[in-house]
Amino acid sequence: MAYSEKVIDHYQNPKNVGTLDKSSKNVGTGLVGAPECGDVMRLQIEVDDATGMITDAKFKTFGCGSAIASSSLATEWLKGKSIDEALTVDNMDFVEELNLPPVKIHCSVLAEDAIKAAINDYRVKNGKEAIKFDESVVH
Amino acid sequence: MLKLPIYLDNNATTPMDPRVLEAMTPYFLEHFGNAASRNHPFGWEAEEAVDYAREQVAKLVGADPKEIIFTSGATEGDNLAIKGVYEMYASKGNHIITATTEHKAVLDTCKHIEKTGGEVTYLQVKRDGLIDLKELEAAIKPTTILIAIMYANNEIGTVQPIREISTIAKKHGVLFFSDAVQAVGKIPVDVNKDGIDLMAFTAHKMYGPKGIGALYVRRKNPRVKVTAQMDGGGHERGMRSGTLNVPGIVGFGKACELCRLEMESDTKRISILRDKLETELMKLEEAYINGSTEHRLPHVTNISFKHVEGEGLLMGFNKNIALSSGSACTSASLEPSYVLKALGLGDDLAHSSLRFGLGRFTTEEQIDYTVKAISETVLKLRDMSPLWEMYKEGIDLDSIEWAAH
Repeated sequence: MAYSEKVIDHYQNPKNVGTLDKSSKNVGTGLVGAPECGDVMRLQIEVDDATGMITDAKFKTFGCGSAIASSSLATEWLKGKSIDEALTVDNMDFVEELNLPPVKIHCSVLAEDAIKAAINDYRVKNGKEAIKFDESVVH
Repeated sequence: MLKLPIYLDNNATTPMDPRVLEAMTPYFLEHFGNAASRNHPFGWEAEEAVDYAREQVAKLVGADPKEIIFTSGATEGDNLAIKGVYEMYASKGNHIITATTEHKAVLDTCKHIEKTGGEVTYLQVKRDGLIDLKELEAAIKPTTILIAIMYANNEIGTVQPIREISTIAKKHGVLFFSDAVQAVGKIPVDVNKDGIDLMAFTAHKMYGPKGIGALYVRRKNPRVKVTAQMDGGGHERGMRSGTLNVPGIVGFGKACELCRLEMESDTKRISILRDKLETELMKLEEAYINGSTEHRLPHVTNISFKHVEGEGLLMGFNKNIALSSGSACTSASLEPSYVLKALGLGDDLAHSSLRFGLGRFTTEEQIDYTVKAISETVLKLRDMSPLWEMYKEGIDLDSIEWAAH
């Protein structure tokens, strides 16, 4: 299977690989996927309490090139966005931007799930209710 | 200068040996005759070439030339052997014993037989990939007509205890078929010493052309027959109709001869390279060899690099090194390798595996390059892997409740 140039670029030069302090109150962590399924994404966001803006985002991913590219792209997209804006990111945005083939759609779903999980983790830490999302269809 | 890409997927197919191509060429051009044309020199030449090749093929596996049935490849050989025996010996019984780590050409043929009223026992393998001989013997029933166990596995290279299996088969009067695609030409195979009754193998795994293979069918002690699976001109002693692929057969013969003459020196050289590759890669933390290292083909190794996903790993170097992975992502099914799972490996380790198949044209320089490229990629991806980070922090990954997929 040939990868798109954008996937290859993110794989070779991943953006924002790393770890934020998950015990910090302004850090939200989303850990999604499972080792048995061949992909696990951990996406972290750092939020400015005062403005509600995402000031930093980091990821680590176990998975194929498309999973790595999706999470790398997610961190790029999240930085500088408000939480509300971040919630609008849809898995199809990844599919389009990275030109993912049908068998890799689950990577995009995972990235969307990781964003939502990170936001919910941040919300719960700060005394807010977790947002209930519809179950992901693909997986 | 090292030429890229490097080919280390010789279990999938091998490059042709130029000497094989040289032997074949005249049979595409001036000697184009049909080996079944009995009345003119074109036919005679073709027939003579086929007879000679049949001897070359037979000699490699210790068979009589009359016991070699040319097929299009091992998938056809597997089908012809299993379905052919099932139909021919229907009055004796309908039970076949095979193993879960067989090639799909055997497993799917067995599934087909189940649909038509046959009964199949699928033996589990042990952690090292070998079948349990006691389980094999216990599975034999009065209705058992065939044991189908591969000589060596295509993913992990594990070599089954062929002589012990044939002894058990003989003791119970059951025929023994072996898919020997990965073994013939690589390690000494002798149908008589090994006690094999039927055996499928193919040219393109031993530096010959694609599209030509053989089924060995024993003629003496016992005389074995298979029901033809294609109707036609009654070629190949009525067992496989169809105009003979003369250039392919000539190439197959030449490839067998080269393997017979050069196997010993090739094996010696290649196994040194395989051992070097393995030793160097095993220096990485959390690397595991899959399958038996004692009973194994000399040119194969299968290694899992824990907490790194196989397809992601391949992507780091697959422009320059041709390899395959047991990862789900390399297949359309999204399921990791059933062979690795049969060894009892968790899905996570199966996802993290790479299969190396070295060959006649593999060089030390290529192995050195491969070790470096893979080691660097494993380290890079582990830096990027949340599982590796958790492992390093001492978190038990099994204790985490992963989101169901």
